[in-house]
Amino acid sequence: MAERVRLWTRWPMIVWLAATWVLLWGDLTLANVLAGLVLGALVMVLLPMPRVGFDGRPWLPGIVVLVVRFFVDVIMASVQVAKKALAFGQHPRAAVIRVRLRSHSDLLLTITAQLCSLVPGSIIVEAHRLSGTLYVHVFDVDDAGGIDGARAHALEIERRVIYALATDEEIAEAGLPPRRRLLRRRSQEVSA
Amino acid sequence: MSPVVMWAGGAMLAVAALLIVARIERGPSMLDRAIALDALVASLMGGLAMWSAATGRSDLVNVLVVLALVGFIGSVTLARFVAVEPEDEGRILTPEEVRIHDARLREALERERDRSAAGRDSAAQRAHPEGEQQ
Amino acid sequence: MSVVEWVASACFLLGCALTLVAAIGILRFPDLLARMHAGTKPQVLGLVLSMTGLGLSIGSSQVAWKLILVIVFQFMTAPVSAHMVGRAGYRTGKVREDLLEVDELTEDLERAKADETPG
Repeated sequence: MAERVRLWTRWPMIVWLAATWVLLWGDLTLANVLAGLVLGALVMVLLPMPRVGFDGRPWLPGIVVLVVRFFVDVIMASVQVAKKALAFGQHPRAAVIRVRLRSHSDLLLTITAQLCSLVPGSIIVEAHRLSGTLYVHVFDVDDAGGIDGARAHALEIERRVIYALATDEEIAEAGLPPRRRLLRRRSQEVSA
Repeated sequence: MSPVVMWAGGAMLAVAALLIVARIERGPSMLDRAIALDALVASLMGGLAMWSAATGRSDLVNVLVVLALVGFIGSVTLARFVAVEPEDEGRILTPEEVRIHDARLREALERERDRSAAGRDSAAQRAHPEGEQQ
Repeated sequence: MSVVEWVASACFLLGCALTLVAAIGILRFPDLLARMHAGTKPQVLGLVLSMTGLGLSIGSSQVAWKLILVIVFQFMTAPVSAHMVGRAGYRTGKVREDLLEVDELTEDLERAKADETPG
């Protein structure tokens, strides 16, 4: 019985596995979906993974901002790194900086680290889970706008992740204004 | 797709692959080679994508899926091993050296066991996990 | 050539150019982490461009979904290997400290070690 309850709480993972299965086959048929769900459940039972605590509240506007800004970041930073690769005769000035994140959730830490390392120009060298600290290797300090600029950039990514996925309590805990006020401020800026 | 695009893109990828192979040859460490291999896989994927577009063979897309999924395993494995390896990596040890190394390791393990048997406060260790990092 | 083909060709050429620039960076940059910035990241933009080009030129939704899957897999796995290699490189001292402006990780590690020894 306990097994079934645990399986039931893991439905997002099973749905994701089923979606992958359907995408790999390439056509959406009832048989494919059912086979994917069965296989997903089988994988979850046979190869159990430790549960990642996620009790966040996804927020659509936050997610849209996160994704759009992520792609903008990737394109801008790719151009910067490409420029440095072609600038013969000079080397980038790198740095390893400490970024103390404001949230304490494992999942938010992981997603922030993941996005930071996908954006060119920063690599997570070390992550310290207890204190929620990331150590980021910055490719070029001048491009990143100085050491403080690079740190602010990582924190900005974290802020977007928090607004996209965290619960209201986590937002308050991180010392950020609540989502509602964010929306109001945006609309005031637009109307002004 | 026009053959001009094919040739121009193919030439760029070929030059890229050659430069990457030069880095693989030069090293200096295994990790440099690992990331160069990653980049080689990336250029291979670009080439496969162009080939698939040029010939209209959509079955090559499956190869791309597999490469995207398993491409990182090689460098992760290498990084895993390099992290515990001593400085003078990239050299195969002689049997004599292996025996000495093993003996030293066993000694260290024994000492560790003695120490934990002596009842060292394990909670203090857990409070400072940074100590493990070196 | 139709508009779609033009866009697909442009995507392919840009993707290939990014791969080439990455290769130049890998060969030219002075230390491991700088090479990683050049080497593991064009996978992100270059791959997205190449897959867009392929999706446009084949133009079937079945293939397009698979290509999205390729991009998602790459996004999930690339940071893992980047982090593992970067961390291993840092710990085994393959980062050239003379090229670093600031190194706050070493500062923190040394402080942690200093805290550890007296206690």
